[in-house]
Amino acid sequence: MKGLLLIIVPLAGAALAAVWPSDRTRPWLLPAVGLVHATLCFAMLLNPPAVAPGAWLGFDALARAVLPAVSLLFLVCAVYGVSYLRLRSERSNRIFVSTLLAVLGLLSAGHQSRHLGLLWITTEGVTLATVPLLHFNGTARAFEATWKYLLVGGTGIALSLLGSFCLGYASLQGGGGGDLTFTALAAQGTGLSHPWVLAAWVLLLVGYGTKMGLAPMHTWKPDAYGEAPSIVGAILAGGVTTVAFTALLRVRSVVSAAGAASTADRTLLAIGLFSMLIAALMLLGTRDYKRMLAYSSVEHMGILSIGAAVGGAGTWAALFHVWSNSLTKGALFMSAGNIRRVAGGRTTDDVSGMALLTPRSAAIFVAGMFAVTACPPFGPFFSELRVVRAALETHHGAAAAMFLGCLLLAFFGLTRLVFAIVDGRPRSAARTADKRLHETAGVILPPLVLMGISLWLGLWTPDVLQNAWTAAVDQLRSFK
Amino acid sequence: MNENGNLLIGLAMGLNLVALGSGRLPTLIRTIALQGVAIGVMPLMIERDFNWRVCLVAAATVAGKGLVIPGLLRRAMRTANIDREIEPYIGFVPSLLLGAGGAIAAVALASMLPLLPEHAGSLLAPGAIASVLTGFVLLIGRTKAISQVCGYLILENGIYLFGLLLLRAMPLLVEAGILLDLTVAVFVIGIIVDRIQRAFDSLDTRKLTALRE
Repeated sequence: MKGLLLIIVPLAGAALAAVWPSDRTRPWLLPAVGLVHATLCFAMLLNPPAVAPGAWLGFDALARAVLPAVSLLFLVCAVYGVSYLRLRSERSNRIFVSTLLAVLGLLSAGHQSRHLGLLWITTEGVTLATVPLLHFNGTARAFEATWKYLLVGGTGIALSLLGSFCLGYASLQGGGGGDLTFTALAAQGTGLSHPWVLAAWVLLLVGYGTKMGLAPMHTWKPDAYGEAPSIVGAILAGGVTTVAFTALLRVRSVVSAAGAASTADRTLLAIGLFSMLIAALMLLGTRDYKRMLAYSSVEHMGILSIGAAVGGAGTWAALFHVWSNSLTKGALFMSAGNIRRVAGGRTTDDVSGMALLTPRSAAIFVAGMFAVTACPPFGPFFSELRVVRAALETHHGAAAAMFLGCLLLAFFGLTRLVFAIVDGRPRSAARTADKRLHETAGVILPPLVLMGISLWLGLWTPDVLQNAWTAAVDQLRSFK
Repeated sequence: MNENGNLLIGLAMGLNLVALGSGRLPTLIRTIALQGVAIGVMPLMIERDFNWRVCLVAAATVAGKGLVIPGLLRRAMRTANIDREIEPYIGFVPSLLLGAGGAIAAVALASMLPLLPEHAGSLLAPGAIASVLTGFVLLIGRTKAISQVCGYLILENGIYLFGLLLLRAMPLLVEAGILLDLTVAVFVIGIIVDRIQRAFDSLDTRKLTALRE
């Protein structure tokens, strides 16, 4: 019941935002709804509700392990959003606020979906709801990015529908009565028709992999993250991608129940390593610091996929990494947004010396960069360490070596770009600008809070979270 | 179902080829509309007994795919003031050859797939695969945004045909949700097409090249 509230409250907030009369006060709905959502979510994290086995929707162990991270990220983004929308008072924020809240509701529904068809509907819903957020800036570049996002994302989502149908047909052929909840599908086990299960896995991996941004289906990501407002980028990278990841985890547990676990794991490992490699190479080449964040996100999706491929302790580490990556990436997006507003440019050709112009944002940007490149003592270091350890324990030595090699390349790429922007002397165009952003508490505190949480996650990973991740791994293993 | 149903799927597969071979956008849109109606009435062919749920799905599909979506596309075409695909990446004759080869491959592939006995004689699976392939050729091979949307629609039609294999097993809620999502998707695409037209003064996707490494 409470799980349903997580969906209804944001959707009601979205409806309210759509009819709210004042542009000035409407953004406050974002933190208000975010706060209610986060309170509910963390209450359920501490006191997990019972979920009926045949339920279509439920705050089960997997939702409990991931959804609070999304909720927390949303809350911090919402606080930042109030200051951001005040700076952008030249355009109406009615559609922006209302779709952002709708995205939160649909994300909550997606994480809690325990039914194959419902999962697809919510994921597609999230994809469509993010479209108005992407072209909020209204520039030609923003529309170009949106078009590419729609075409690539739409095709991916269509393929995942085809994959869902294939999995449904596998169940029909195995004598299933048409119950498409993951519990029922997994209960059929090896009774599922093997060729159809394999076809379904390939299509669903490509489909949801597109949504996650795994290479080579990642092409929408740099464009979308580069052109979208920074909080939208943060929510795409930390929220929308995770819903696709949990979708893949749920499907994977059905596939392994059907006796194709080794195929699923091999493909996940291959696609994960390929994503890391492509991301690392692109990071070495790109000159645009917002596109840089997108490639970094591709890299981290690869890490999640590798964690899931290793299984058991690896899945546990991947769930840990969802938390550490989502929250750290959020801080990076917000500080990059601050820098972008003052610098007026987006590539190393136009921007340098930001440590002088926006000292606080630049400091957070550098700290965030060290955090996502897995430098201790931040969260990503510990979660990636656990992925490597799980890989070595399960005799994936070559994969672990390649993983570390890609991390090193990504580190070179990110440090090169970040220091090119932060160091040096400011360009004249930015120096003369009177639009100088005052680094008010509203735009500095939210990323700082996220960095603090990232640090806390790394040094003192709370027991309740560790237990939640263990419970989620157990759920995936026992196919409940 | 088999006689009439197979006839309709055959029609849909023929329309795939018309879509691949035509350079005029009004023809392309009319083809999509006709194909939408053809696959929209398919559920009625599969379910012999009268069933309000199936009728509802069929009516909604025919209205959406046959009227609303083509109407939206026609409006976008008129505001953009274009009516033909001039320089496709994949020419019309190569597209047709790809489509014809794809149709043959689809029939061969479907005969190898393990199907339930009641689906063995139907063209549902080959029709679905052929349409998905046609959709991909159009998505990749055309440069005008409207042609690409038509490709996406044919892809969706193929997936819809495949979904009919599951018609008896899927609850109404899921069907309704899927249909709603698809309609909204095309609606959103229509709006973006309109914005691209205004921002770039063209619907030629070759002009969308600002974002690259």
